[in-house]
Amino acid sequence: MPSGRVVITGVGWVTPLGWDLDGVWNRLVRGESAMGPLRRYDARTWATGFAAEVPASFDLRERLGERAERHRDVSLSTGFALAACDDAWRMAGFDRAAPDPDSVGVYLGAGEGPVDYDAYIGAHAAGSKGQPPGAFDVGAFARVARSGLRAAAEVEQEPQLTSTHLAAEFGAGGPCLNCMTACAASTQAVGEAVEIIRRGDADVMIAGGAHTMIHPLGMTGFIRLTAMSTRRDDPQHASRPFDASREGFVMGEGAGVVILEDLEHAQRRGATILAELAGYGSTADAYRITDIHPEGKGGAGAMSAALRQAGIDPHATDDAGRPLVHWINAHGTGTQENDKIESAAVRAVFGELAPKVPFTSVKSMLGHLIQAAGAVELITCVQAIRTGIIPPTINLHNPDPACGLDHVPGTARDTNPHGGVSVCLSNSFGFGGQNDSVCVRRFA
Amino acid sequence: MITGLGPVCAVGMGAEAFWSALCEGRSALGPVRSFDASSLGPKLAGEVEGLNIRELVPKSYRKATKVMARDIDLAVAAARLAALDAGLVTRGSEEGADGFRLVGERTGCHIGAGLISTEPAELGRALAESLDDGGRFSMRKWGTVGEDEGAAGAMNNLPPLWLLKYLPNMLACHVTIIHGCEGPSNTIMGAEAGALQSVGESTRVIERGDAEVCFTGGAESRVNPMGVMRMLLAGRLAETDASVTDGAEVVRPYDAASGGVLGEAGGMLIVEEAAHAATRGARVYAEVAGYASGMDTRPITPGLNGLGNPDEDRGLTRAIRWALRDAGITPEQVDAIAPMALGVPALDRREFGSLRAALGGAAGRPMITVTPNAGNTLAGHGGLMVAAAAMALAEGKLPARVHRGTPEGADAGACEARGAGLRHVLVCAGSFGGQASAVVLKRVG
Repeated sequence: MPSGRVVITGVGWVTPLGWDLDGVWNRLVRGESAMGPLRRYDARTWATGFAAEVPASFDLRERLGERAERHRDVSLSTGFALAACDDAWRMAGFDRAAPDPDSVGVYLGAGEGPVDYDAYIGAHAAGSKGQPPGAFDVGAFARVARSGLRAAAEVEQEPQLTSTHLAAEFGAGGPCLNCMTACAASTQAVGEAVEIIRRGDADVMIAGGAHTMIHPLGMTGFIRLTAMSTRRDDPQHASRPFDASREGFVMGEGAGVVILEDLEHAQRRGATILAELAGYGSTADAYRITDIHPEGKGGAGAMSAALRQAGIDPHATDDAGRPLVHWINAHGTGTQENDKIESAAVRAVFGELAPKVPFTSVKSMLGHLIQAAGAVELITCVQAIRTGIIPPTINLHNPDPACGLDHVPGTARDTNPHGGVSVCLSNSFGFGGQNDSVCVRRFA
Repeated sequence: MITGLGPVCAVGMGAEAFWSALCEGRSALGPVRSFDASSLGPKLAGEVEGLNIRELVPKSYRKATKVMARDIDLAVAAARLAALDAGLVTRGSEEGADGFRLVGERTGCHIGAGLISTEPAELGRALAESLDDGGRFSMRKWGTVGEDEGAAGAMNNLPPLWLLKYLPNMLACHVTIIHGCEGPSNTIMGAEAGALQSVGESTRVIERGDAEVCFTGGAESRVNPMGVMRMLLAGRLAETDASVTDGAEVVRPYDAASGGVLGEAGGMLIVEEAAHAATRGARVYAEVAGYASGMDTRPITPGLNGLGNPDEDRGLTRAIRWALRDAGITPEQVDAIAPMALGVPALDRREFGSLRAALGGAAGRPMITVTPNAGNTLAGHGGLMVAAAAMALAEGKLPARVHRGTPEGADAGACEARGAGLRHVLVCAGSFGGQASAVVLKRVG
């Protein structure tokens, strides 16, 4: 029988600051920025020609050895996910004793693989060349597409392929799902994976997300939306969550994978428990396609639901007057709208205690990993619980009074003198009004 | 409980039109009309005609239809029909209509979606403005900053909200806004299997008390040049001569001489907590009695080729077994099967292998097939299959089949509609890459 409690027994990530678990964490604690001019393509004339790219030294073959051959056609983001999952899987001890495939599932919030640019762009341009507006020469398109596109690489762009590669590589025959709820996706995937374990459909879930939109059409889409920072001359200081001068997010990429496990299953096999995934809340704004509900109703609803499930009262304190939630990992994108409204949502949930709850954004350093953001940020919560350190929000020199909470500017905070970090919330809100929040707690 | 059906596909819009087309054995697979496909190998499709999305949304929402890709149109149209069919009044159904008013916080939305193709003329025209003298795409010309560096601002030919037309979660985004669904919402990727997972996950959300009512199902259209190209490369479409104009001649599920034909569909449903449905006196089509997902750890995926089993999709076998267990029934209690039946021989073979492995002799139960009528509509298909199965249970009737071939082993050949004492119908589907799902529907009463 499942115990109803779900714990984390392994974590792994591939981020713009690297992929070594403690190495990336130490860089976050030191307040390092991963941003720089784009290397992947020539973007010098682009309004946003910089991003937080995964270091070019990432090599799936180096990470997986001969096993990488089975995954030779994968998209960049599937490669990130395979590497992150390999680390998480080993940390959970499953490389030594693999679980029964029927008891293991996968739930990712992975994004689509980037298109095959030369053929894709070439085919579309060929179809429109010399045509009047609105007309398209399908024959010219098809000639270029048919000769340029490779079948094996095309199917790898289907977003669910990342989860199926993980299932094949790590032997997961149970439920296999992939959600695409934009920037909320991998937090939602983790939350839904917890529900799958709770209802007894799996003992172990591989959960998280992977994504890259650092490619010409992905960047174009966000440039046209004017959602990204255009601080071209100073990328390292472009991501400025909660600062009055913030003007958009900075694109990142990567993957985060956690191994979730039914508590009894983990205890029976003597696994090291890193933390408990204690609560999950999910709501829809049902407001507008481009704007967040101005009062942050959906975001507040997701946080409240996650806390309720974890049995934590946001208005209560411990004997020393410290709120019960020790860190909120903000969605904190660095857009004017998000940071203001998310702060209002935190106020709505925590009331008078809100200014006493550290509420920071690692996106100031990592950038916005889009669908992978939630899982990577969840892992920062696990690390905060393990170390007692809350990483800073960097580039925050001129706090916006409309945010005005405890954003831990500039320098990491050591909470160990006050008892460390026991409870975190991690928020992820997506375009289209999708709001997800998870509550992660020190296991006791 | 399934209390509303909103199928939108080539053979009809709405539960009644869809069901009567299936019972009459009508097929709507013909030459592609929405663009000139004469130069493509696959030239046939099941297209939805006469869908005017502006007429199907509240007046105040008409402006937003400009940022809806075809997949979104189909989802929005199908969700509206499902809500009306269920007698639900939302801010998206007609003003002043009679019916039950939804509580936003207690209403969820789970939609299976696919990769949405960009409108080719819109993207192509912008790209064509950015070619260099050698005819190659120029990143420099595409950019907007620094004329001395070669910027020509070509990307500004794309509208500002261009990206939002094509994000897969925009199906659920528009549906939740139009109908005011503020509860749990999700977008599950995975073609036919993803739509069944959406139906299953909606059911679970209701069971765990997080919602009373959910919009659920799937919608997708790959009837566009890039979509056809992707499906052709994936080995799912038949290449035909211009002389072949009747798609029902091509799609022959479980016949080795068959080929796949694309369609487009919105397959949205309303699922509802049982007591909630009873209290408001809703008509119940069927109960979602069992649901499971499974995965083939040796899938037939291009990158993983040579490992998979050509005779069985192990993920589908697992999903079917677990869904029956969840429903508390034996294989012999399955009265009919609504499988994918894509008419792609390699996939049909694996699908029927799984049905045999999971059901034994019951794999020969009568099948409900939709692909010869409406084509393969991917995420839409999953929703249509559930809708057809739910109608069959509610009406006590198996629809006609327009099959022109000789299915091997499966009871999927041509037949007229006929009355049948159905109690349980199994709906099941696999997907690209090995993800699979199964749902057991049960007659109510």
